Amino acid sequence: MTDASVAASPIFGKLSLAAFPIHEPILVATFAVVVLGGAAVVGALTYYRLWGWLWRDWLTSVDHKKIGIMYMILGLVMLLRGFADAVMMRIQQAIAFNGSEGYLNAHHYDQLFTVHGVIMIFFVAMPLVTGLMNYVVPLQIGARDVSFPFLNNFSFWMTTAGAVLVMISLFVGEFARTGWLAYPPLSGISYSPEVGVDYYIWALQIAGVGTTLSGINLICTIVKMRCPGMSLMKMPVFTWTSLCTNVLIVATFPVLTAVLALLTLDRYVGTNFFTNDFGGNPMMYVNLIWIWGHPEVYILILPAFGIFSEVVSTFSGKRLFGYTSMVYATVVITILSYLVWLHHFFTMGSGASVNSFFGITTMIISIPTGAKIFNWLFTMYRGRIRFELPMMWTIAFMLTFVVGGMTGVLLAVPPADFVLHNSLFLVAHFHNVIIGGVLYGLFAGMIYWWPKAFGFRLHPLLGKFSFWFWTLGFLFAFMPLYVLGLMGVTRRMRVFDDPSLQIWFVIAGFGAFLILLGIVSFIAQIAYSIWKRDELRDLTGDPWDGRTLEWATSSPPPAYNFAFTPVVHDNDAWTDMKRRGYVRPVEGFKPIHMPKNTPTGLVLAGISVALGFALIWHIWWLAAVSFAAILVAAIAHSFNYHRDFHIPVEEVVAAENARTRLLAGSGA
Amino acid sequence: MSLLRVLALLPLLAALGGCNLVVMAPSGDIAAQQRDLIVISTVLMLLIIVPVMALTVFFAWRYRASNKEATYKPDWNHSTGLELVIWAAPLLIIIALGAITWMGTHLLDPYRKLDRIAAGKPVPAATKPLEVEVVALDWKWLFIYPEQGIATVNELAAPVDRPIHFKLTSSSVMNSFYIPALAGQIYTMPAMQTRLHAVINRPGRYQGFSANYSGAGFSGMRFSFLGMSEGDFEGWVAKTKESEARLDRAAYLQLERPSENVAVQRFGATEPRLFDAIRNLCVQPGKMCMSEMMALDAKGGLGLAGLHTTLPLAYDKYSRRGGNQAPFGEEPRFIASICTVEEAKAMMAMAPPDTAPRDLTPIRGLGLAVPPMTFAPMMPRRPQTFTELLGLARSSQS
Amino acid sequence: MASTMTVPQGGEAPVFYLKDEHPHPEGHSTPLGFWLYLMSDCLIFAILFAIYGVLGANYAAGPAPKDLFDLNLVAINTAMLLFSSITFGFAMLEMAKGKVAATQGWLAVTGLFGLAFLAIELYEFHHLISLGATPQRSAFLSSFFVLVGTHGLHVAFGLVWLTVLMVQVARHGLIAANRRRLLCLSMFWHFLDVIWIGVFTFVYLMGMLR
Repeated sequence: MTDASVAASPIFGKLSLAAFPIHEPILVATFAVVVLGGAAVVGALTYYRLWGWLWRDWLTSVDHKKIGIMYMILGLVMLLRGFADAVMMRIQQAIAFNGSEGYLNAHHYDQLFTVHGVIMIFFVAMPLVTGLMNYVVPLQIGARDVSFPFLNNFSFWMTTAGAVLVMISLFVGEFARTGWLAYPPLSGISYSPEVGVDYYIWALQIAGVGTTLSGINLICTIVKMRCPGMSLMKMPVFTWTSLCTNVLIVATFPVLTAVLALLTLDRYVGTNFFTNDFGGNPMMYVNLIWIWGHPEVYILILPAFGIFSEVVSTFSGKRLFGYTSMVYATVVITILSYLVWLHHFFTMGSGASVNSFFGITTMIISIPTGAKIFNWLFTMYRGRIRFELPMMWTIAFMLTFVVGGMTGVLLAVPPADFVLHNSLFLVAHFHNVIIGGVLYGLFAGMIYWWPKAFGFRLHPLLGKFSFWFWTLGFLFAFMPLYVLGLMGVTRRMRVFDDPSLQIWFVIAGFGAFLILLGIVSFIAQIAYSIWKRDELRDLTGDPWDGRTLEWATSSPPPAYNFAFTPVVHDNDAWTDMKRRGYVRPVEGFKPIHMPKNTPTGLVLAGISVALGFALIWHIWWLAAVSFAAILVAAIAHSFNYHRDFHIPVEEVVAAENARTRLLAGSGA
Repeated sequence: MSLLRVLALLPLLAALGGCNLVVMAPSGDIAAQQRDLIVISTVLMLLIIVPVMALTVFFAWRYRASNKEATYKPDWNHSTGLELVIWAAPLLIIIALGAITWMGTHLLDPYRKLDRIAAGKPVPAATKPLEVEVVALDWKWLFIYPEQGIATVNELAAPVDRPIHFKLTSSSVMNSFYIPALAGQIYTMPAMQTRLHAVINRPGRYQGFSANYSGAGFSGMRFSFLGMSEGDFEGWVAKTKESEARLDRAAYLQLERPSENVAVQRFGATEPRLFDAIRNLCVQPGKMCMSEMMALDAKGGLGLAGLHTTLPLAYDKYSRRGGNQAPFGEEPRFIASICTVEEAKAMMAMAPPDTAPRDLTPIRGLGLAVPPMTFAPMMPRRPQTFTELLGLARSSQS
Repeated sequence: MASTMTVPQGGEAPVFYLKDEHPHPEGHSTPLGFWLYLMSDCLIFAILFAIYGVLGANYAAGPAPKDLFDLNLVAINTAMLLFSSITFGFAMLEMAKGKVAATQGWLAVTGLFGLAFLAIELYEFHHLISLGATPQRSAFLSSFFVLVGTHGLHVAFGLVWLTVLMVQVARHGLIAANRRRLLCLSMFWHFLDVIWIGVFTFVYLMGMLR
């Protein structure tokens, strides 16, 4: 810990050599691995002369498909970091008994649980969800790209910039030691004077810009860019849930932005919004952050619900049961998610009527959610279920999620919450819904749409290993936490004195180990499938007998997605096309109007990292320079009026003819 | 798959018998009622969860692709009757659960005075609840017994079957006061007060702790809660009274400093109304109490004259957790208590000369709430209330 | 859609794709997108208003609105912003007629009114701070400075944008892209006006009554 009384230098601000953890062996080793890994990547890119390709085709790309894939890569990389934190916590809690302090002191352990939560929500779940929406939604609605392709690229890089700041905090200074929502007054300048909370604030603020803009972008895309014939009630369910999710993003992330900005002012300017004294009120922060925080949960779970809807219907070979009620259930959840925030702090001491109101509104959300579960159930009913991996994840979800939902409703009963709040029961509950709901959904989605994105399937065997390790690992890791919660064990504890608890933490640690195997198998599955891609190749563009428009084009789709804009007559547009004798057009192509790539997003996000870093370390000159640079870069970008081009008709013809040959070859 | 799941759960179930599920088997009536609610709600929800899980497994098996005998209806996607059922079934459960929630929440409101000490045992008419004032400190618990005039750190005792009324606050950041065997938890927040009513029904030593992360020493914020017979409790009080240590303001300010894994401490005497001062953030000499500040604010503040009622913070309450301040902020300060006519006049004189005298009509004669504690032992001069002060200030101007 | 349709097979198969480009003119989503942005911005102001509503009476034994605010000054300030909205309206009318010079002229007038507004606001802030009524003095002052200041920051940003757009209009004339940008800026400007009316009512007028 740096001595806070050291005067800030005009050049380096609060940054000094003491900020670098050179005497922390774990961190030094991690840093070495990161440096070596980075060097290997840079070396490989240089050796294979891929820099130009990387720059032109990926980093500056405004193609929603490439941006979607980059989001997924970001999410998976950050998953490794967030999971490493989880494993370290599990080990600490499994050994810190009988007077042992474990191997982590409070300074490290308290950062760990904070950063684990922040990374998993903001830099794993959000990028993965946004990535899937980015990739799939334009294809499902028969569009060529999103409404604002440049903004899409910018959003991605801003999210990445936030992740970069969190990663920097590992090696320069420290992260917040406050819990993932940084409640004041603990997160205020009086009680957390170090840079940790500032890393938290600026990482979230910068990533939040990206999230909000991407939300606006996708709403516009869904509202404005649907192909002819696709009325709202003919949209695929995933698109519907994406629409609702993005409405939630646009209608909640500004709350987070505002509340974090106020905390920032408290910390930097000494205002009194959330201080104890001078009329401030910390509970305002708690209220406001949960007004964002609860809808955030639905931002994550709704797209997963959409994925399950697509998967169940596809692999049951059957129309989705109760499409209309599915849509209404989604919309109802969207609206109700704003009316429940207080259930996160029933124990604040608000009156019984207030608590009952928020408890009951919370329970009401389980009605549409229950209806959704039944809809999936009756989609399976009288279907022909193929147990491919996405379907296995879906069934695992249905069995796991109902338990998480049940404990969730239980926690919504205020008197029950009084005894379970902040306990490991609560931790088990939200991992039960986030792993068993969001993550299982993301796995189902990633495996389901992988062939679309890359033109070959993932090898199922390793995927099955991954599936079983994950599902068993989840049970082993979190069922003990339910038990511990009922034993009155609270969360965020670093050491324990009751030896009878230890066995449960050891079991939970074993579960984390199984999950590690699950993650390793998943990575191995991807690596192996890339290696064996020729054997796993799918030439038809429709490997699963899909039902929606994304399966109508080739895999991977051309930059323009569809050579001709599709016309939709049915919810399951592609099934309808297949049934009613759709013939793929092979002539009459025209040049296609597309947006141009631009490095502006990357540049702006890069400067934002510098700005954030400068503000965190009070390097005022750098902050001023970066802020001015952002303004200049943004204004310069606005002077560029030539942001689009036409793909020449020859290129379109060449691409489409190649596909015609492939289709003929595959016998489809 | 489902079989594997069950198998995976078996060792857990076997182990469950051997551990102390205190939330499921508490020793206090409130916690027991909360436990009952958990059980009832769970059973209610299982009514729908179990069939859903069973149906999921059954449908997955029955309609597997290899089973060509099962009916296959690829276009069947709607049934009004079924839709009615799938919306109505959860709705009915939630109506039942909602009713239970409404009643349970009101009956078990932590602010509500107890009307029974156990099922079928109403609180005897003559019984007065035991008053305990709880302060969450960095990182230990202070318990003040105003009636007995004693205080303890990290040890709480109460007689069995006598209602306990806790008043809770915190000195610096938010904590949560939780004794699983006794009753549900409640937040303790600085400058605010929460309440909790509970009763312990069985003697014993139970564990209490903070259930809301509050900083580095959080893990060690544990205390013992002793349920005792009435006689043992008297003995415990007497023993505590024997302690030489006295909890006055100075001792409190010392105690308030951060420390971890603190051993039990006993104070044989306490300064009266100390809890009020802690709750109002005015234990430190010279600091204005929150109650006083709020009363002033309700009357419209102190006007421009009040701009300069702040003092630099000599006492290092905030710097103890690292000692830094907002880069563009001011010195750590607090609102000063104003205690004498001279001070008030001096303050008025500091107001910019071009401003008209503040119209004090709404304040005159109404009488502000007097701050609930006396400053007598700490203050060099006799304190006066603001009403008097302002009245005097005004009359001297007119 | 007057596009050629695919050949129906056996008189049954419907049209499954458009032979012509689906008409998505450039920037057709921009007004909606900008609206959504404005609504998200509005939410930020909603939070600041809510904060002011909760903390606005916490004077911390310091001054209250009626000790600090000078309604005459605020009235002049409000007039500046309202006038700037009207003149922006005139600019948009001229834009609709395609008159570059007149559009630019009205935009310049708008900018001047905006500058005047900002100058008066800065004067007010400076006056308060010099009295000692700083944002740090009480939660009321914190929320006042941040609510009004955030609005001021938006106006300042609007002025930068206005300047940039005037340069762009001077360079390229009233082309479709510039018209679209002017439309967005005008929405932004009127939005700030609406927010200010809220500030004026909620903070200043009701503050003086309190």
